[in-house]
Amino acid sequence: MKLGTSLIIGAVLFALAIIVGVLAPWLAHTDPVMDANLMNAEEPPSWIWWFGTDAQGRDIYSRVVYGARISLTVGIVSQLVNSIIGVTLGLSAGYFGGWWDDVVNGLTNLMLAIPSLIFALAIMAVLGPGLTSLLIALGLTNWSFTCRIARASTLSLKSQGYVQAARVLGYGDLRIMITQLLPNMLGPIIVIGTLGMGSAVLAEASLSFLGLGIRPPFPSWGSMLSEARDQITTAPWLSIFPGLAIFLTVLGLNLLGDGLRDILDPQSRSRRI
Amino acid sequence: MTGPPLIEVEDLRIDLDAGSRRVAAVEGVSFRIERGETFGLVGESGCGKSITALALIGLLRHPLSVAAGAIRFEGREIQRLAAAEQRDLRGNRIAMIFQEPMTALNPVSPVGRQIAEMFVLHKGKSWREANQLAVEALASVRVPAPERRAKDYPHQLSGGMRQRVMIAIALACGPDLLIADEPTTALDVTVQAEIVELMRNLCAERGTAILMISHDLGLVANVCRRVAVMYAGRIVEVRGSDEIFRACAHPYTQGLVDSLPRLGTRAALGRTRLREIAGVVPAIADFPSGCRFNPRCAQATEICRTTAPETAWLGGGGLVRCHHHA
Amino acid sequence: MLSFLIRRILQTVPIVLAVVLVIFVLFSVVPGSIASTADDGRGPTDPQVVERMKKQLGLDDPVYIRFGKYIASLAQGDFGTSFRTREPVATMIAKRTWPTLQLIFAAIVFAIAIGVPLGFFAALRPGSIVDTVSMVIAVSGLSIAKFWLGLLLMYVFALKLGWMPSFGYGDGGLKYLILPAATLGVSPMALLARTTRAAVLEIMTADFVRTARSKGMSETKVVQWHVMRNALVLILTTIGLQFGALMGQAVVVEKLFSWPGIGSLLVDSVLQRDIPAVQGSILVVVLFFLAINTLIDVLYGVIDPRIRYT
Repeated sequence: MKLGTSLIIGAVLFALAIIVGVLAPWLAHTDPVMDANLMNAEEPPSWIWWFGTDAQGRDIYSRVVYGARISLTVGIVSQLVNSIIGVTLGLSAGYFGGWWDDVVNGLTNLMLAIPSLIFALAIMAVLGPGLTSLLIALGLTNWSFTCRIARASTLSLKSQGYVQAARVLGYGDLRIMITQLLPNMLGPIIVIGTLGMGSAVLAEASLSFLGLGIRPPFPSWGSMLSEARDQITTAPWLSIFPGLAIFLTVLGLNLLGDGLRDILDPQSRSRRI
Repeated sequence: MTGPPLIEVEDLRIDLDAGSRRVAAVEGVSFRIERGETFGLVGESGCGKSITALALIGLLRHPLSVAAGAIRFEGREIQRLAAAEQRDLRGNRIAMIFQEPMTALNPVSPVGRQIAEMFVLHKGKSWREANQLAVEALASVRVPAPERRAKDYPHQLSGGMRQRVMIAIALACGPDLLIADEPTTALDVTVQAEIVELMRNLCAERGTAILMISHDLGLVANVCRRVAVMYAGRIVEVRGSDEIFRACAHPYTQGLVDSLPRLGTRAALGRTRLREIAGVVPAIADFPSGCRFNPRCAQATEICRTTAPETAWLGGGGLVRCHHHA
Repeated sequence: MLSFLIRRILQTVPIVLAVVLVIFVLFSVVPGSIASTADDGRGPTDPQVVERMKKQLGLDDPVYIRFGKYIASLAQGDFGTSFRTREPVATMIAKRTWPTLQLIFAAIVFAIAIGVPLGFFAALRPGSIVDTVSMVIAVSGLSIAKFWLGLLLMYVFALKLGWMPSFGYGDGGLKYLILPAATLGVSPMALLARTTRAAVLEIMTADFVRTARSKGMSETKVVQWHVMRNALVLILTTIGLQFGALMGQAVVVEKLFSWPGIGSLLVDSVLQRDIPAVQGSILVVVLFFLAINTLIDVLYGVIDPRIRYT
């Protein structure tokens, strides 16, 4: 794909998802939870019911629109938590070294040894379903990659002239880390963060699908699919629209991440993975 | 001389496709190499000598391409040959050795196999026979214990040994022309002489012509009978290597000669500094008008800045391109 | 080689212990969990029952003794007894190991069979239609929710076309395996296509490829003889890195297709708060993951002669 194409498509899709989420109360036709009416149950898509209705007669379009709020909240907040944990641990481990570095390394290896979705699932099992649990479970389990990158950049930046100079000038450790080191590793961190948001949206959908995330009747795309599964033969539209919403949101984030990598991390342009 | 020369380059121009525009990286280059002859191409890095060599063997890749002129091998124009015919020349009749023997060899393939490929490709041998021939080829480039070395991977060999492997690959099919692009630059000084000797002797035995490319005028003059000096994409002087130190005609060649340390100068002149040529080779997109050497030339006058000098033929097949050459 | 393997396995011991500790802490120390959840969760729990259960499970002991006991029983292959079925967890897991291995292996085969050629063809003609289409497929494959894709495949191939059964393990035959394996294989396929493309593009600019061309090799032979094996190292790395994510997704895919593997055991146990079964399944998944990574490290040395077992 041409340079910039993926950035633009990605940014547009992501912006669209955010706008839909923010404007949900105005875009939705009905209340996503309360407006159940068995008279309208399992209507196929039409001019009145854009995406059709479910077994309780709720408007799928309105539920998909509201679902953007949950998906994006989980995606953005949990990835932000991951990035903060990863950068804090990686930066301090690389900067101070010694026993702290060993501890952080051990912790990272531990995180890498447990598949993150399974770790999140275990945390959900303990905390029980719900938005807060999701934010905790997904926010604590996907920081190892950020941490590694932050640590590696710190190690290579530490020896460079301007960091040494800052130290000679008597800057404190914290000041050097925040003003000298952090800005120089932000590029790859932002790229990983964008891609991580995509995985978080997928993870939320997976957990909700399994019945461990957002529970019905609240409209999360994953929980909608979980309900829709049994009606795949009679009402396939119940499955199509929430799935499409997940796909477009995550596609947007992935394309945005790829595009940002081309700009922020030019060395890796040839080996886009 | 009967028949066409082994290789003849005529008015070669190589373009660099810089996106919006095309610039000539090499222009008006002509030379010929006879069968068994040794010919050198000298110049600072960035003067176009390596891409000229790549053009000869048909390995220019985007953004570089031959834009004009002709390269004839035994009278046949290489550019006009079908891809399969070109491949048949490559390796088989024209072989090439590259500068960096570590990266020029495949790191995950045993060196014996990398030699054996030549026999499979061009001589129709089975892998069994080819492997046997590869061991012989290693022996011929004086690699000790060739049976064992053949199974080694490039990283297990020293730099000099790797370059011997490259020579074995290049000479495997008994080519008529060997192009050696800075063959010793990446090696230790002590190994350099060995490799040059080996290459020269093997080629002399087999009647293989050499086109040697280097920034080192001393090395090239030592190996080659004739030397062409390139500057900024053009040939500025061609001379027999016996004449070049005595009577070179171009100020750039003079600069190269003066920058070489020479035995006996200290005795004659006392302690002197080696002279260097002030300035650097211009980038391809910024070649100056007129004589391209004029911004760095002490003798430059008005005409040098406006008009490119014509070729002046010297005795004995030499030539020079300089307004100040009488 | 052998000593490398032993050292490599010893290196994983602290990680395994740490994982055991995490699992133990998550489910045993967090207040109010085990005894109250061993019950079916319906209605208030009788305090006497809780007391009895606590004694039975040794919950009155201090934490470190409980952890010691837990480790000791694990070392003997005793993963505890399921709250739900009263069966030993080890037996439950053993029964479900083979279907999970089948599924993951089939998914990897699917991913390699499609992803690697896709990446190769894309890299040989960068910027072409083939390249663009391959990369659009790849980024889409990474962005799609696996259970949604599975649902769609189920709808089209099982319910509409009737070519394959929609779910279940059946007699363990191939036709039951195809849909879940394809669903699970899509992400690694997409990632492999991207990695292969990037690896081949990078290798094609290497000096030794120029040497190969100077030998008079056709581009096909250059790729066959010199590019493929070098690309394999990077492809292998991707597969290794993908395994963790793959096992996470296997949980979802198994659940969707009612595949009787460790993943669906894990989900069912979590939903029914069958703690010993949850702990056991997670532990087995992690052990499997570590074993795969060790295997891949060994394979590196086979493919890349520069890597020595030191």
